[in-house]
Amino acid sequence: MKKIENRMPLIELDEIYKIYHMGDSEVRAADGVTLRICEGEFVAIVGQSGSGKSTLMNIIGCLDVPTTGSYRLKGEDVSELTDDEQAEIRNKMLGFIFQQYNLIPKLTVLENVELSLLYAGLPAEERVERARLQISRVGLAGKEKNLPSQLSGGQQQRVSIARALAGNPSVILADEPTGALDSRTSREVLDFLKQLNEEGNTIVLITHDNGIAAEATRVVRVSDGKIVFDGPAEEAFPAAVPAPGPQHRKAEEAS
Amino acid sequence: MGFTQAFKLALKSLASSKMRAFLTMLGIIIGVGSVIILVSLMQGMTGEVTSMFEDMGTNTLSVSITGRGSSRTVDVDDLYELYEENTDVFLGMSPTVSVNGTVKTSTDSDSFDSTTITGVSEQYAEIKGYALNDGRFISYTDLQARGKVAVVGTYIANTVFSGKAIGETIKINGNAFSVVGVMEEQDDSTEGSADDCLYIPYTTASKMTFGAISSFTFATKDVSLNTQATNLIDNALYSVFQNENYYNISDMQEIVSSMEEMTGMMTMVLVGIAGISLLVGGIGIMNIMLVSVTERTREIGIRKSLGAKRRDIMRQFVIEAGTTSALGGVIGIVFGAVVAVVLGNVIGINAEPSVSAVLISFGVSVFIGIFFGFMPANKAAKLNPIDALRYD
Repeated sequence: MKKIENRMPLIELDEIYKIYHMGDSEVRAADGVTLRICEGEFVAIVGQSGSGKSTLMNIIGCLDVPTTGSYRLKGEDVSELTDDEQAEIRNKMLGFIFQQYNLIPKLTVLENVELSLLYAGLPAEERVERARLQISRVGLAGKEKNLPSQLSGGQQQRVSIARALAGNPSVILADEPTGALDSRTSREVLDFLKQLNEEGNTIVLITHDNGIAAEATRVVRVSDGKIVFDGPAEEAFPAAVPAPGPQHRKAEEAS
Repeated sequence: MGFTQAFKLALKSLASSKMRAFLTMLGIIIGVGSVIILVSLMQGMTGEVTSMFEDMGTNTLSVSITGRGSSRTVDVDDLYELYEENTDVFLGMSPTVSVNGTVKTSTDSDSFDSTTITGVSEQYAEIKGYALNDGRFISYTDLQARGKVAVVGTYIANTVFSGKAIGETIKINGNAFSVVGVMEEQDDSTEGSADDCLYIPYTTASKMTFGAISSFTFATKDVSLNTQATNLIDNALYSVFQNENYYNISDMQEIVSSMEEMTGMMTMVLVGIAGISLLVGGIGIMNIMLVSVTERTREIGIRKSLGAKRRDIMRQFVIEAGTTSALGGVIGIVFGAVVAVVLGNVIGINAEPSVSAVLISFGVSVFIGIFFGFMPANKAAKLNPIDALRYD
């Protein structure tokens, strides 16, 4: 494991609360979360559904603002931003990988990968150049003109990784990136994420699957809106956890 | 995201559902098409009628006197006096006496019932701006002598005398007149047209009708003098009759402009009615755009997660709505122009749509798209990215 303690914290969450009111009852989706993630880390945020991991991911991803608490991203306070300011932060600092790939079906692979560059206001030539580079990086060179529907699930997820990388983000947020893939393509995607981490990218992986979480170097376990564990993957799963296979996944879903 | 990009995206989106795009546009196509057709036909018609009136001379004033018994009358000499006192305003004056009668050839073989016979002065041709094809017009000597001379229109000249009418004789109510001149063609030389006419000296005509001369035509030196001329005649006649009901002065220019005003108003009403379908078309676009926003909720979420700002989403949808209606507008303009030209040919008028009508229609259709696209676009722009991403 790399020495990360001395590095600049990239993500700094301090006493984050996110409180929803449903009728008379109060739901604390984030209940005093304090978390620091440094540059170059590969962190898995793991928890059952309803544990508050999605809320955490939305806040980290600047898709939502906390009720109270402060969030600093690369030293900049982003806890009280307007919609458009959040959009700008997402555009410049964050890359998203979703479970459902979330490619726009009527746009080609190239146009999908170009999108964040388009909103960043880059000129067409530079957009195409950068998008092509990322597409070949995920091994899909030659598929630029294809529509997402003409690709397999694994390929589509790779397009979405290329799209996340295109904007050269500080943090890559992967929300259940293997949730819709079979074990072989899941392996591919995870290996690719690891490789990106080796290359210096900061990755935050959100999952309910312990087997997937074990791929990260650091695990943050969330339950009822609180962090119940934060440490190296080896400590989180003392027994060597096998790579996710169909049986394992089935067991996980049943629980 | 730039405008060109948003525009390309809009075209792509329209191309991906052509049938729906067409049906959405239909309201605008029909609206713009009918506006173009109506405006073109009305303009064509107005132009036709106006030029007809203008041919009669817009600098002419028609005066008709109904009179007030025998005690107070205005005769030809009074009005000639008025004319001579104001030659700086008036170009000419002519009494006009309509004669009801039948025109026959000297051999009684042909009879012309539709021919208009008018008694006029020697200035009449100049007042009306008529030229002669052949011979001369009625002269001052003819008036004094109550001469039995006639100037004929091209219809009679061609039909009766095969073009060589000078010196021939024609009978009006049994009186023989010798033809001294042939008018230039005004219309199309057919029966009942402006060319089916015959002019004789008003003195002769007055004798034939046994009545007081009650109708006069004045011409001013310029259209701008019409009002002044009207006032002059009005003052002269009012001083005699002390009542406006016994005479009437109609200013050609005024008739033309009031007619133009009337047809203009009619056009506005018709266009207004046609405009309702534009409104309906706009609502149709709004409806489809709202459906489209719902359908594309997930796409909006994705775009927002990648950094699209409200104005980016807004622009995308507004431009899509604007492009839809602008495209509908262009189709409507082409459709309307074709129908207007074809209809114009059928009824015999020039009904080409004017450039301003085309530009205004296009502008209005773009505006309608943007206006009605605004609400759905705003709805899209305000979507919360988290909810939008989860939307199925």
